[in-house]
Amino acid sequence: MAAASQLFQVIRGMELARIWPRARFLCQTCCQFSHPCDANSGPKQHTWRGYRTSQAWHTYYLTPPQVNSILKANEYSFKVPEFDGKNLSSVMGFDSNQLPANAPIEDRRSAATCLQTRGMLFGVFDGHAGCACAQALSERLFYYTAVAMLQHETLAELESAVEAGRPVQPVLQWHKHPNDYFSREASRLYFSSLRTYWQELLDLSTPGEGPDTAEALLSAFKRLDSDISLEAQVGDPNSFLHYWVLRVAFSGATACMAHVDGAELHVANTGDCRAVLGIQEPDGSFSALTLSNDHNAQNEEEVRRVRAEHPPSEARTVVKQERLLGLLMPFRAFGDVKFKWSIDLQRRVLESGPDQLHNNEHAKFVPPNFHTPPYLTAEPEVRRHRLRPQDRFLVLASDGLWETLHRQEVVRIVGEHLTGVHQQQPVSVGGYRVTLGQMQGLLQERKARISSTFEDQNAATHLIRHAVGSNEFGAVDHERLSKMLSLPEELARMYRDDITVIIVQFNPHVIGAQ
Amino acid sequence: LSPVWLDRQGPWGSVRLLATAQDTQPVPLPSQARVVICGGGIVGTSVAYHLAKLGWTEIVLLEQGRLGAGTTRLCAGIISVAKPISIESQMADYSNALYERLEEETGVKTAFVRTGSLCLAQNQDRFLSLKRLASRLRVLGIACNVIKPKEVVKLHPLVNIHDLVGALHLPGDAMASPPDINHALAVAAARHGVQIHERTSVNHVLMEKGHVTGVETDRGPIECEYFVNCAGQVGWLRNTVTHSTLSKFCCHFVLSLNLCLVMDMDGRIYVRAWQGGILSGGFEKNPKPIFTEGRNQLEIQNMQEDWDHFEPMLNALLRRMPSLDSCEIHQLVNCPESFTPDMRCLMGETPGVHGYFVLAGMNSSGLSFAGGAGKYLAEWMTYGYPTANVWPLDIKRFGNLQSSRTFLRHRVMEVMPLLYELKVPRWDFQTGRQLRTSPLYDRLDTQGARWMEKHGFERAKYFVPAGKDLLALDQSKTFYKPDWFDIVGAEVKCCKEAVCVIDMSSFTKFELTSTGDQALELLQRLCANDLDVPVGHIVHTGMLNERGGYENDCSVVRLSKNSFFIISPTDQQVHCWSWIKRYMPSDPQLHLEDVSWKYTALNLIGPRAMDVLSELSYVSMTPEHFPTLFCKEMSVGYANGIRVMSMTHTGEPGFMLYIPIEYALHVYNEVMSVGQKYGIRNAGYYALRSLRIEKFFAFWGQDLDSFTTPLECGREFRVKFDKGTDFLGRQALMQQRQEGITRRFVMLVLEDHDAELDLWPWWGEPIYRNGQLVGVTTSSAYSYTLERHVCLGFVSPATAGQNPTVITPDFINRGDYEVDIAGQRYPAKAKLYPFSSLFAQQRRRKDDMELSNFQGK
Repeated sequence: MAAASQLFQVIRGMELARIWPRARFLCQTCCQFSHPCDANSGPKQHTWRGYRTSQAWHTYYLTPPQVNSILKANEYSFKVPEFDGKNLSSVMGFDSNQLPANAPIEDRRSAATCLQTRGMLFGVFDGHAGCACAQALSERLFYYTAVAMLQHETLAELESAVEAGRPVQPVLQWHKHPNDYFSREASRLYFSSLRTYWQELLDLSTPGEGPDTAEALLSAFKRLDSDISLEAQVGDPNSFLHYWVLRVAFSGATACMAHVDGAELHVANTGDCRAVLGIQEPDGSFSALTLSNDHNAQNEEEVRRVRAEHPPSEARTVVKQERLLGLLMPFRAFGDVKFKWSIDLQRRVLESGPDQLHNNEHAKFVPPNFHTPPYLTAEPEVRRHRLRPQDRFLVLASDGLWETLHRQEVVRIVGEHLTGVHQQQPVSVGGYRVTLGQMQGLLQERKARISSTFEDQNAATHLIRHAVGSNEFGAVDHERLSKMLSLPEELARMYRDDITVIIVQFNPHVIGAQ
Repeated sequence: LSPVWLDRQGPWGSVRLLATAQDTQPVPLPSQARVVICGGGIVGTSVAYHLAKLGWTEIVLLEQGRLGAGTTRLCAGIISVAKPISIESQMADYSNALYERLEEETGVKTAFVRTGSLCLAQNQDRFLSLKRLASRLRVLGIACNVIKPKEVVKLHPLVNIHDLVGALHLPGDAMASPPDINHALAVAAARHGVQIHERTSVNHVLMEKGHVTGVETDRGPIECEYFVNCAGQVGWLRNTVTHSTLSKFCCHFVLSLNLCLVMDMDGRIYVRAWQGGILSGGFEKNPKPIFTEGRNQLEIQNMQEDWDHFEPMLNALLRRMPSLDSCEIHQLVNCPESFTPDMRCLMGETPGVHGYFVLAGMNSSGLSFAGGAGKYLAEWMTYGYPTANVWPLDIKRFGNLQSSRTFLRHRVMEVMPLLYELKVPRWDFQTGRQLRTSPLYDRLDTQGARWMEKHGFERAKYFVPAGKDLLALDQSKTFYKPDWFDIVGAEVKCCKEAVCVIDMSSFTKFELTSTGDQALELLQRLCANDLDVPVGHIVHTGMLNERGGYENDCSVVRLSKNSFFIISPTDQQVHCWSWIKRYMPSDPQLHLEDVSWKYTALNLIGPRAMDVLSELSYVSMTPEHFPTLFCKEMSVGYANGIRVMSMTHTGEPGFMLYIPIEYALHVYNEVMSVGQKYGIRNAGYYALRSLRIEKFFAFWGQDLDSFTTPLECGREFRVKFDKGTDFLGRQALMQQRQEGITRRFVMLVLEDHDAELDLWPWWGEPIYRNGQLVGVTTSSAYSYTLERHVCLGFVSPATAGQNPTVITPDFINRGDYEVDIAGQRYPAKAKLYPFSSLFAQQRRRKDDMELSNFQGK
């Protein structure tokens, strides 16, 4: 079964790989055409075109197929295979997608099935100051988590296999889009760090005892962050790797990860990504239940925590302009050693580091009012939720989505997409005073909603389409969508953030039976 | 709509008083009656009314719910003559006049208002079809004006005319309240003695030996001679009506004018003034079929309003009348309608059951048709035939083959949107196809055949040569020169100069056999021509009714002394069968069999046909050895027992091969391979039609109908008055011969008509003689030989007073004729005899000479 599904992925991957470069090309060419006067393309180059260019600005839009090829370039769907026509897993499958605003995109996503324990893992990672840290998380965090959840016996088996040079039982089956790459160079380093971790777990645990999931998640998060920090301090004889581990440590990333095993749902969150549960009410409508707390200045408890961890003299500087030390939006994050190490340590590491770092102003820059590090932690908040039959799906998404759509709207859009539009409530005049014109407007909007729903097979793509292209009525406006997607790379980040969405669909029959 | 009508339950009381004191004790049903009518909608009451008017007594009308509770309650109340075929326009025109005087006659308020109507055209093609409608209506004497968009505004201030190219104004069209009309008809019928019983449903109809004997109701049985089914849906019988939804809706609008009705067919909507507001409805492109499974279809309930379904029509409405934007919505009504597979209603006596009449399937024009249809059916029941040709509506045009549930389901989905769809010449239904096919279907299809359908049978229209592309179906719609012009031209040329094969398997084929001479006796009685011919001869003959009109036009082959092979047009399968059965004595020695399915018919047409056949059969096929109108069983290729007949249905030289179907492919292949050196090719029905029309051959169903006598179409030579048998219609024909005929079938060759640029004739075009309307065309085709359009049609001199004027050859020959195509008149030469036959004879003689010269050397 697994082999078959992997083969399927390969085929899909080939298809998408073919589409992807074209989509990029389209995006770039149209950007050039639609914004001839932007800052980077010199005015000289375009002056000869005179008024025509401004006309192009007004008239050139992406066609619907172009829009679709951009939106669908990164979409990925996975259906949990059925046995005997029955789906035994509480997860029916998931849809994921991401839309870049940064170039390259700084968001990452991961999804995998645990093979040595039960359950599936889903995660979104929102990087900042580069994508290195988010990339490292997308590769490593699930391994740390999976290992942290292993039974003592399995750990022992694993260790003895590695020790004897026997092939190791795989721990995870990944569900990856071909654009979700793994760095080959660092894998040896990552593996040795992971092995050290499980060796310690082996020492700490006792036979016959399974770890608690929540604790495992907590431990894995903290351990990975400390490993990232440690690897950067130790360095590596290979200068590329040395540079790489420093880039990982000096960049940062937030993470929101969900673990689903039967009806048990755990969400571990560090930073400002968010997990929202879609609940279907008895009347068929959907409501949202947020399963994670954002770690940023909007969360008062978080502000209080940060202030409490530092002397009162710093109370005004530690959170400034709604940012940590006036600089960082998320209050918890992986990497970002500039907020964790002492100034001394930072200098030492940088000086011993490879030459490339010497010119890096960002790395050298020391935050102001930096007195009592660490200011930042990767410790997650873990929340456990027991799934009920009415819990239909879980939306994990980076803040790029939550900034544009309210969670209630997100849940409505996804819910209507997953249940199919035929369940759209019929319109009835029923005694209200409605004019024909109003009715026409309403009907056209409903029609638009239906057509945009049918366009997307992937719920995540559908959600992103709404996030980017919704007009004030909540309907997708092609013109707006086309404008937003044809923004040049330099401008895109000003209008929107990277958006990454994973939508996990639950199987109410399995959940109800448990 | 309905709340208002439901509020008016008061007036129903009067009907109840007449009929049943519903609330107390229902009046007991009579134990016997002459006629039982099932269905108390507008159609049923109209039939009852007209029967009573014609002097019938003991009529019982049964309604399972309340009077007018079905589709009548929900229909929009429009009476319009804008109908696709003339007989329907005629019925609507009569209904209109009837309803107008109904209020005076009965004292029941019917809300009848003669507002007139406007049919709008958004494009030139639609405008052309409206102009064609206008010329047809003028023939019927119905007033109509083709007007410019500017004049539309004067007639209806709300209409947005910016996207219009023109309109048709029908000043006679009217509106009325359907339940009130229904009520008035019921009151009038009750006054004439019709007993009306509500809340009584008919469970089944009792029959004995093919005669109706009574009905079984839920309140006891009634003995009767006649049963009339007006229940709308007769699906549980063997029939063909189904339901589908359409949306109507209304909104209040302060405007107390009597605005005329607006039909925007391109927008698929109609709009009428209604109780100080506007009522609008339409026929959506994507109807939702419902099939109430027959029996217990009680009063039709309002279905839930479906605004999303109505959205396209709302858009069309607001586009047409933008000022309605601020109108408040009153209600959206979603109601079912009955539709038939060919958009025409079902009327007449069901085949095989005497006394069982049907009038149903009004295709959402119930109010327009009910009056006229009721009248025709009443006449039919009284005199045995109605006063107009209702063959297009005759229930016998359908066979059992069209009653499959799946077929209906698919076809009805196509029919309903078609009501307002633009209908161009030679359109075909696209659903419910490939039902009956010849065994050669696949062979022909791969050779580029394009298909049309007749009575469920696929027939090739023409063959698209490899490498040639035709337009897509939608783009090929035209009133002008069609895209297949050159293709058919090449096929015709091949028929004239070499040889072509046409698959004509769709024809209806019967075999009549007897031990004695009963078969001959029967045919001598039914047929006008003399059938007592030597074995092997073919006789073209009409089967006439008492009035001398054609019930069927067929070719009869005397296979042996007492067995005959009867070849009739395709759509005669049910009609001809029931016509023969009606006069056939119940004699076990006499046997009639439908063998249509047993034979594949190939028509070898063209001067080289005999060469091909003689090569395949090693028998000389020259006219000396095989005279025309002769039939012989021969072997063709390996196959034995092929009925070879020296006739074509076009007047060209050639042969018909009636091949037992298992040999069909073999014979076809042999013919094609042998024919190669003679330049053989496939041809289709369009080539056939061009050939037969230029040869002045009339076809039953198209040119001939039950009101046409052989004398009127120059076929006196096929009537043997003194054959010794008093055949059906002899008396009438004798009388007509004495008195002279008042109408005559003529051939009109269009002159000054440019086939490239001018509109093409179709059928139904008015014929003018010296500026006076004298008739209508019945069929037309482009003659590739004459390089002219040829129309066939009937002309009759204008009647002076009571006595119709007798027509003389002089009348035909002296006169300047014109044919009106969509309002434009084209001069035409009228002919009584096909002059092309002269050419053919000359050419044949020349060919014969060449051939004999060749053989001589």
